[in-house]
Amino acid sequence: MIQTNSVLDAKGLACPMPIVKTKKALNDLEPGEVLEVQATDKGSTADLKAWAESTGHQYLGTINEGTVLKHYLRKASDEEKEEKSHPNVIRNEELQQKLEANHNSVVLDVRESAEYAFNHIPNAKSIPLGELEEYIDELDKESEIYVVCRTGNRSDLASQKLTAAGFTKVFNVVPGMSEWEGPTEKSVN
Amino acid sequence: MSVKAMTAKEVAKKVINKEELFILDVRNESAFNDWKIEGDKIEILNTPYFDLFDGVEEIMDAIPENKEVLVVCAKEGSSIMVAEMLSDAGLSVYYLQGGMKAWSEHLEHVKVGDLTNGGEIHQFVRLGKGCLSYMVVSNGEAAIIDPARMTDIYLDYAESIGAKITHVFDTHLHADHISGGREIAEKTKATYWLPPKDATEVQFDYQPLEGGKTITIGNTKINIHALYSPGHTIGSTSFVVDDKYLLTGDILFIDSIGRPDLAGMAEDWVGDLRETLYDRYRELSDDLIVLPAHFMIIEELNEDGSVAKPLATLFEENHGLNIADEAEFRDMVTGNLPPQPNAYQEIRETNMGKIKPDDEKQREMEIGPNRCAIR
Repeated sequence: MIQTNSVLDAKGLACPMPIVKTKKALNDLEPGEVLEVQATDKGSTADLKAWAESTGHQYLGTINEGTVLKHYLRKASDEEKEEKSHPNVIRNEELQQKLEANHNSVVLDVRESAEYAFNHIPNAKSIPLGELEEYIDELDKESEIYVVCRTGNRSDLASQKLTAAGFTKVFNVVPGMSEWEGPTEKSVN
Repeated sequence: MSVKAMTAKEVAKKVINKEELFILDVRNESAFNDWKIEGDKIEILNTPYFDLFDGVEEIMDAIPENKEVLVVCAKEGSSIMVAEMLSDAGLSVYYLQGGMKAWSEHLEHVKVGDLTNGGEIHQFVRLGKGCLSYMVVSNGEAAIIDPARMTDIYLDYAESIGAKITHVFDTHLHADHISGGREIAEKTKATYWLPPKDATEVQFDYQPLEGGKTITIGNTKINIHALYSPGHTIGSTSFVVDDKYLLTGDILFIDSIGRPDLAGMAEDWVGDLRETLYDRYRELSDDLIVLPAHFMIIEELNEDGSVAKPLATLFEENHGLNIADEAEFRDMVTGNLPPQPNAYQEIRETNMGKIKPDDEKQREMEIGPNRCAIR
């Protein structure tokens, strides 16, 4: 079960309606929020992907459940423009080397759970940025924690929060999953 | 101004008659790049429908005023939406009824020629997919070769001329389209022939079609000589009809040759392909008219929309028949392979009777271009 901010039922609708409705539904969401689109039109996968690309929304993936396709999209946000301020950063490549050498490093993925579901670093722990305060006790203050998101901005905010809460070995992974070339896994089929 | 439907048949006429047409294809870019309507005088623009939600102003300048305008999408819904927007903006436009699906399924019927004693040979041109199939008729009997999945057109035509379909052939186990052969044979009680070497895994009864066999259609003895011609598949078989026509299946096309890799055996079969093309076909009369199972580019069509040329012309003009050096031939055939057709494994399994997808699924498996040839 993937958590989303909203679910759109576009089952039984033929092209162009699934995308017309998706466009409307995303208008009602905040930037960065995740929408699940349920559709039965097989052409909807390729069209949603291409439409998302041309509009800047993030297409996360599709799950096939019998005759229903569940598409996941994250509304475009201008997070790329924000400035990073957490001082300790680590490049993707360095983290990849560390993980190859030492499997006990903690990777904390602060993207939305739907983003995590379709593509994440093996063994990474998922706590979306918005839920970090709630689950902060699950993290060990003594470990080195590598915080990752898509482009390094949400992870920057998360790193600052962790530092404020007394964590001392926190590293922001840049640029993040958008350019991650190491191994990944999915938690959905 | 107005929105009207245009049928796949009307579009086919325009392609064959080389009439001007402006197509606005509103499918997504990758679907468009994969496969589109082609024709000599067809001008085409691709703008996905989802880039036009906020208006068509941006493309208005690109649409010519003096040509018929046809909006095309996968199934028709999006093309109607865009056509209505263009109409609101003051244009008179058409949309393609049934979309690219209908285009993929349309068969254009062309008579190729007369046979001895009043017989005829007909070609069915699947423009949207580049597939060709045939009907030989004589004296109240008919044989069909390499029929498409849309079997009604053959059944209806045979009925309209009062012919009974007695034999159905597949030249090989097809990997690019679903054969209508078995269905026609079941409906008409005709004999269904398949090359046994391609049919080792099929799940139904068939008559083994082997080289040297002669089958007679009608009282007028129109002979069909089977000619074993491996290369595209190990069992591929050609036919000589009435000592006049050479049906080459997927071995030899007008401007290209068959690919030997769709059963995963390119290296093994390239030798067979060469032997068929360079030795076996050379032994035949070069007056024979070649009738292939595919065409690849619209330039291969004759003026009447048929696809046919004398073997002598192909020996002169077809690049694939003119590579003297065997190693060079091997390189071209195995090193130059186009991407494999959409869903080709599933199509093979369907043609073997191993899986039985529903109509909708079959339609979808066949969507896309034909990729049986190497040029």
